[in-house]
Amino acid sequence: MSNVATKAKELLESKAVQVVIGYENGTNGVVRPAFITTPANATKLIYDERCVQNLAVYLTKHEVKHFGKMGIVATLPVMRSIMMLISEQQVLPDNIVVIGIADDGNILDFADMKIMQAHIGKSNLENPSKDQEKLAELNKMSLEERFKFWENEFSKCIKCYACRQSCPMCYCTRCFTDCNQPQWLPVQSNTHGNMEWHILRAMHLAGRCISCGECGRACPVNIPCHLLTMQLAAQTFNYFNVHAGISEDMKSVMSTFEPNDKESFII
Amino acid sequence: METIKKLISKQSLEKLYTTLSASRKVYAPVVAAAQRVEYKYNPAFADVTFEHIQSTLSVKNVVFPKVENILYYTNNKTDSTITEIDLTKIQEVVLWGAHPCDTAAYDILRSIFCWDIKDEFFAKRLEKLVVIGLACHQSDAYCFCTSVGLAPNSTKGSDILLSKLKSGDYLAEILTEKGNAIVTASPDLFEQSNNDEVVITEVKQKFNHEQVTEKLKTAFENPFWIENSLRCIGCGACAYICPTCACFDIQDETKGKEGRRYRSWDSCGLKLFTLHTSGHNPREVQSQRWRQRIMHKFSYMPARNKSLGCVGCGRCSRGCPVDMNIAEQLQDLEKLEV
Repeated sequence: MSNVATKAKELLESKAVQVVIGYENGTNGVVRPAFITTPANATKLIYDERCVQNLAVYLTKHEVKHFGKMGIVATLPVMRSIMMLISEQQVLPDNIVVIGIADDGNILDFADMKIMQAHIGKSNLENPSKDQEKLAELNKMSLEERFKFWENEFSKCIKCYACRQSCPMCYCTRCFTDCNQPQWLPVQSNTHGNMEWHILRAMHLAGRCISCGECGRACPVNIPCHLLTMQLAAQTFNYFNVHAGISEDMKSVMSTFEPNDKESFII
Repeated sequence: METIKKLISKQSLEKLYTTLSASRKVYAPVVAAAQRVEYKYNPAFADVTFEHIQSTLSVKNVVFPKVENILYYTNNKTDSTITEIDLTKIQEVVLWGAHPCDTAAYDILRSIFCWDIKDEFFAKRLEKLVVIGLACHQSDAYCFCTSVGLAPNSTKGSDILLSKLKSGDYLAEILTEKGNAIVTASPDLFEQSNNDEVVITEVKQKFNHEQVTEKLKTAFENPFWIENSLRCIGCGACAYICPTCACFDIQDETKGKEGRRYRSWDSCGLKLFTLHTSGHNPREVQSQRWRQRIMHKFSYMPARNKSLGCVGCGRCSRGCPVDMNIAEQLQDLEKLEV
């Protein structure tokens, strides 16, 4: 039984949680999210290098919350998502138990959020290096070239919203795209409307995205939309010196005014 | 008409493509990126592939486009002037190399779009569609056509079905008048068929769809739906890439006084799909929406349309971000105690 499975079994046996959200083997060699509600089923839980999906998205899902207290297997991005959700009042720390996974694959016991916060504080919070490389390539392009790149990518978008649905921070019960008074965005898929969607989603994530890359992974037509949100994550850090998801009580970057915020664009 | 069997050599196949592509819209599969095949209009023959197991998106958009204008309007003071779409402008499309799951899907779509009232847009596009099918000489673990009454060499929905032969040439089964018209336009490209062996992949049956439909009759309240859909994130990927999903939204887009009404793909997996103006949502949570997807395809459609709503192409399962593998779900369902 894996370490994760052992820990999950303990938590379920002691009734510290009623469900553990983790990873299990799926069909055809893929891994997929697992929801373990009995100690006996804990043996299904695994952890290996294929386990990259951001599970925090399930912490706000009705049928999962309905079980009661939730345990969750959490790599660094998941930990940061959890911090963001707590800071935005979407998850109560008392309702979850985090089964942390360190970089070396070992289990981390977080008795409370302050300990998880300390762990995050010691970690590398920059965008993943392969995405940094891709972003550097894009940033070398001229505006026209870059626009053409994204036009080409977004011409493939079918507006399935897998990007939004897979993102832990897109928890709005009524997304702005679902409003028709006014209809902010075209409902249909067309290249420029799709661009609008992705740009606006990225803007809504500025200061909130923790660069897990889940949106890009979820896309059924392989559009690297995660590069937009990661670019804004990097820019937010440049302007405000803040990484998202670092503490329970961090203030929202885009809606908090600090006296020492740069105002070079107006002064 | 009676099926005519011919042989078309590799070289003649290229000539046929080039001839068709010169004067008509030909929708053919190309490799778009690593492991991704997309259908495009009139690509160069050198870019066309017949080695794909399946494309990412289905080919339903030739008869059911992802966006389709259904009328134009001009808003006057108290009423609107409507301009109808001229359906005679719809051009013929030759679908080149669609697998039998995709070709069989058109009949299922017809059972929906022409059920009681004939959907003129769909009907016209289908009328103008010529299907050159391609039997499957390879498959993967996601394929399950044989579990839904089809086969890797099913002729259903094809006007001509090509099957790869051991020699590398193709058997061409001419199945309809539309298919025969292509042959008579280029008769030298089609030779006498020989006894060369066809290369058809094996797709093991995974479940019995009749058993599944039977189980579904009493499975509505079963906790199975919640357990099996906990990981579903509620996106529209499965419905949009599915060859038989036909739900659509209708929207008006107006600029000043001029506007157009269009329809575009919609998905029952999305929360908004059943949201009432009152705020009530009869399918409030994802498990209800997942149940709807399965029941529609395997219970309601067999009962109302006399056909399954699934062709076993496996796209939904390949494309799903969280491995909601439909064949696995149906295998579980088949074993369910109801």
